[in-house]
Amino acid sequence: MTRYLAQRTGQAAVVVIGLMILTFIMIHLEPGSAARATLGVRATPGRIAIFNSTYGLNQPLYRQFVTYVDQVVHGNLGTSYSLQIPVSTLIAERLPRDLLLLGLSTVLALLIAVPLGIYQAVRRGGISDHVLTGASFTLYSTPDFLFAILLIALFSVQLHLLPPEAPQADSVGGILADPRALVLPVVTLALVTVASYSRYMRSSAIDVLAQEYIRVARAKGMPRRLILLRHVLRNSLLPVVTMVGLSFSWIVGGAVIAEEVFNYPGMGLLFYQAATTHDFPVLLGSTLVVGVATVVGNLAADVAYGVLDPRIRYGRA
Amino acid sequence: MAALDAGPGGAGTADAAGRAGAAGAAEQAALAGAGLPSAGQDPAQRRSWRPALASFTRNRVAVTGLAMVALVALFCFLGPVFYRTNQVTVNLNLATLPPGGGHPLGTDPSGYDVLGRLMLGGQSSLELGLAVSLATTIVGTLYGAIAGLAGGIVDAIMMRVIDTFLAIPSLVFLLILVNLFTPNLWIIILLITMLSWLTSARLVRGEVLTLRTREYVQAARMMGAGGWRIIVRHLVPNSIGVILVNATFTIADAILILSALSFLGLGLPPPHADWGTMLSNGLNYLFDGYWWLVYPPALILIITVVAFNMIGDAIRDSLDVRLQRQ
Repeated sequence: MTRYLAQRTGQAAVVVIGLMILTFIMIHLEPGSAARATLGVRATPGRIAIFNSTYGLNQPLYRQFVTYVDQVVHGNLGTSYSLQIPVSTLIAERLPRDLLLLGLSTVLALLIAVPLGIYQAVRRGGISDHVLTGASFTLYSTPDFLFAILLIALFSVQLHLLPPEAPQADSVGGILADPRALVLPVVTLALVTVASYSRYMRSSAIDVLAQEYIRVARAKGMPRRLILLRHVLRNSLLPVVTMVGLSFSWIVGGAVIAEEVFNYPGMGLLFYQAATTHDFPVLLGSTLVVGVATVVGNLAADVAYGVLDPRIRYGRA
Repeated sequence: MAALDAGPGGAGTADAAGRAGAAGAAEQAALAGAGLPSAGQDPAQRRSWRPALASFTRNRVAVTGLAMVALVALFCFLGPVFYRTNQVTVNLNLATLPPGGGHPLGTDPSGYDVLGRLMLGGQSSLELGLAVSLATTIVGTLYGAIAGLAGGIVDAIMMRVIDTFLAIPSLVFLLILVNLFTPNLWIIILLITMLSWLTSARLVRGEVLTLRTREYVQAARMMGAGGWRIIVRHLVPNSIGVILVNATFTIADAILILSALSFLGLGLPPPHADWGTMLSNGLNYLFDGYWWLVYPPALILIITVVAFNMIGDAIRDSLDVRLQRQ
């Protein structure tokens, strides 16, 4: 287990270094545009030169990279061109909001998907299974922005039940104080993941149901409810745990859309605005933070898998 | 929405790779007797495909999915032959007419007939999906096969490159890339491919890792076959199941990704039509009551994506011997 952990952690570290190189190169493929984007189309060449030297953009690329790595190691992610606020401050302000939004929607998605998947597995081939499979296919195949807008059209415009805008409070506490405004963004994000989580849960539970120990449990007269709770649920949750870890980057993609629609000031919206204004430091900083979070998420999923299933600790390397 | 990262049954995760690998292994087990060097070509190989094909055609989900795709393709490519509309010049006199009269699905704010526009937009949505899927399959398969066959340090480096790309959410990645180029259909195809090949490379590598230890691969190598020949004649034909499943999901995902880009205002510029662009433009008018700009493109887009996902799911089931026995 220790060796496996060390190996996985080493791989993760390599990926983080690769991530810094990749994002840095990618974002610098278009030189000079940061000055144009910040100063406007009428900026004189002189002003652009001053801007470039202020931000070190006239240095050779490798020098810029060394400076960048040095700053990151010291916790400095640079300063936003357009907002003139340190990127680390921006991210520190926005990240908790995202963790709240993503956390709530993942919990909601699992609460729906896990029982649904087991139910479908038990009723495999029946009418309810077919109907639910069709429903999850449709959910999965629907663009998430369409969900978001249709939910607003129904619950905000027609029924006047829920506000169309996410909570705008600065603190996590303030956001939680306005739970009604949180419903639509959370539901939008959850709907997208419920479809794939429940498909996973279903096929995983089908695999478990075919195992010998289920037959043994049934033969010795164990009540159905107990079999499902104690054997099926526990064993079929394993692949879903990994799935949650691996789908982190997918959920973040969904968050960009949801935050845009509901104007939720999280990382997704920050990133979207930075991308449209060519705000390099913000793009670099937020991509790096999200990338590192993804790597850590995958690592955590792997470790969780090993903890939950002792067989994997030794077999897999 | 980084739909690229996972299909409904989850192509594109370690777990799916494992499961798809099991399917391929089960298929290989049937072939174990026919451990000839040219297993990719000999009759035993072709015969082993028949049960899979039969179970695919018996599968109602698969047939329904295929029929839906065929209908949509007919609608988009043959439709304009019978239903001629002006999709070139803007005519504001005809803007946002409700359905009825000469326009069964009404007109959009530029005066284009919506039904005709659905056909035209469908052509580029389908072309985009197919092109991305084809490019993804070729690049991903070769990369995965080379990494899996090479093993050792080469494999480790090639896989860390993939991990690095995968750590950035697809949509985030695309938002950066789209800003670097002026989008046209080819650039968008290239960019979406740049992201989707990662998944297929990982799946094929997983498959190759189990295949390369088989007797027929070792026999071929012993007889002096080069790496290229082993990849093309043995590894690729025997991983075709995984490759096919992923190719189908990729079409569905590419169509969805383009629609997400259009919604964020970073899709293809105005004269161009595709379902995603139509849908996201239409959503601007939803609250004005112009429902015919929203529901028709939404419906056909969802139906098409569902159909491709159904086909992919059915191919996976028909290759999985364990599922057939149950």
